[in-house]
Amino acid sequence: MTADEMLELCEVTQFIYREARLQDDHAYADWESLWADDGVYWVPANGEDIDPDAQMSIIYDNRSRIALRVGQLRTGKRHTQLPRSRLRRVASNIELIDRQADTLRVRANAMIFESNSRGETVWATRNEYTLRRVDGVLRMVRKKVVLANNDSALYSLSFLI
Amino acid sequence: MEVETKPVRWKQLIHDDQVHGSLYTDEAIFREELEKIWYRTWVYVGHESEIPRPNDYILKTIGLEEVIMVRDRRGVVNLLHNRCPHRGNRVCVSQQGNARSFTCAYHGWNFSNDGELKGYPYPSGYLEDKRGELGLGRVARMQSYKGFVFGSLAASGPTLEEHLGAARETIDHLVRNSPEGEIELTAGFLQHKVRSNWKFLVENETDGYHPQVVHASIFEVAQSGIGDLYNENSSAVVRYFGNGHSELDLRPEFRNIDRPMRWFGTDEERVPDYTARMKAAYGDQMAREIMIDGVRHVMIFPNLFIAEIQLFVLQPLAVDETVQHVTALQFKGAPDLNKRMRSQTMGSVGPAGFLLADDAEMYERTQRGVQQRNPEWLYLGRGKHREQVGQDGVITGNVTDDTASRGMWQHYRSLMEAA
Repeated sequence: MTADEMLELCEVTQFIYREARLQDDHAYADWESLWADDGVYWVPANGEDIDPDAQMSIIYDNRSRIALRVGQLRTGKRHTQLPRSRLRRVASNIELIDRQADTLRVRANAMIFESNSRGETVWATRNEYTLRRVDGVLRMVRKKVVLANNDSALYSLSFLI
Repeated sequence: MEVETKPVRWKQLIHDDQVHGSLYTDEAIFREELEKIWYRTWVYVGHESEIPRPNDYILKTIGLEEVIMVRDRRGVVNLLHNRCPHRGNRVCVSQQGNARSFTCAYHGWNFSNDGELKGYPYPSGYLEDKRGELGLGRVARMQSYKGFVFGSLAASGPTLEEHLGAARETIDHLVRNSPEGEIELTAGFLQHKVRSNWKFLVENETDGYHPQVVHASIFEVAQSGIGDLYNENSSAVVRYFGNGHSELDLRPEFRNIDRPMRWFGTDEERVPDYTARMKAAYGDQMAREIMIDGVRHVMIFPNLFIAEIQLFVLQPLAVDETVQHVTALQFKGAPDLNKRMRSQTMGSVGPAGFLLADDAEMYERTQRGVQQRNPEWLYLGRGKHREQVGQDGVITGNVTDDTASRGMWQHYRSLMEAA
């Protein structure tokens, strides 16, 4: 790995940590600002290689629907987040998979602990990011979150995963 | 234990306008419901389009029972219990697939996909041939209506037509929305689990009082007009069909607006292919009427909920745990509309849905609430003074009234009082 590549990996790692922190802290507007204008937020169901245009996904948001999701959370009337889930997540296993011009493909794992009025839930995910450098900073073009148990019945997943 | 030895007095727990909280929390009552409702009446299992080809199968449930819904090589749909007659092993472990036979992984017994025992290793170990004697259990009764497959574990009882009663025409009405007169379930299911009794879900499905409150957040940011239809001055109505079935009927509002596809929040021009196919299939006038009315909002007791663009199946797991399986309705021959139905469904429902995650929150809060001791009762009196009973026994109320819940509980009581 060259020094430049190491710097890039370090930058990507910091980006993923920051995203994790904004999600844990329910910093909705700051999290939304990480998205590129053509961002797609995808949480598949029933496996990892389903066709989201043909099969049901838990989340399959284009950029305007990401804004709607954030907007709903910000109304203060999103009951499933009242009170908010207390969250703490660990992101790791970060790998730079591919680089094409200004676009990077990255993989990571995350373990998320959620505590809310129902009780405590642990979520395990593999996250696949497509990141693009826009005006010198990284933006999310695509984030795919594969829950390890996405073929099972799941409790409400109403925080930002 | 005390509840098991003492006969539950249903009359004391279920009044005209109030029900006792223990109906949602008592484990003995839950076990009795399994026997008297889930294992006795007709329960929706799946749709024929989920197993389109010969030898296709998919795992489904009736109450806590796991059943294999399988189309055999002749094309006949079978409902088989997933239990080997030898040592009780689960015979089928894949959620779905295509198989001419099922082989038990424990001792190698092999069953054709109509449940017949075809063979087993070392047959000389048995004095007589066990084929013909031992096979996979069949669900006692199975009947399909317009592709909707229902099963009953009771060998006798009302027919499916009798069970569906006045609600049956809502299924006829639904399938007309396809230019080919058929719906399909091809998009796979989301499974959303809630820590709540199944009856809270049944009651909520046709509760027109809650949407403006529970769903205020999404109606506000999406600027959806749907929420406005659920108010006391709306011409929409709630209807109790009998046998536990009910609907919220928004057609009066859509007929007022008089614009095709408003029920779906769109216009004809946005779905030109669908509009053309509907007109070709039904003629201009009838197509227009169908596309104004849209799909109704119907709860078929105890577990099938058709919510305009989605189909839900309710599965009880325990007295305080229920799974909602949900998928987008797909109209055969309507690819442009189907794509939109999938997209809207994914936004609205499932664990992260704009609507359903908030409904789920209410299910779980009510479940915790009814475990509190005071007051002991839930009050269902809304609109009792203004509902109207038709000649056919169908009861109609204001869309915000408790008519559907009251009807459901009277039906429930009659089922639970039966020996």
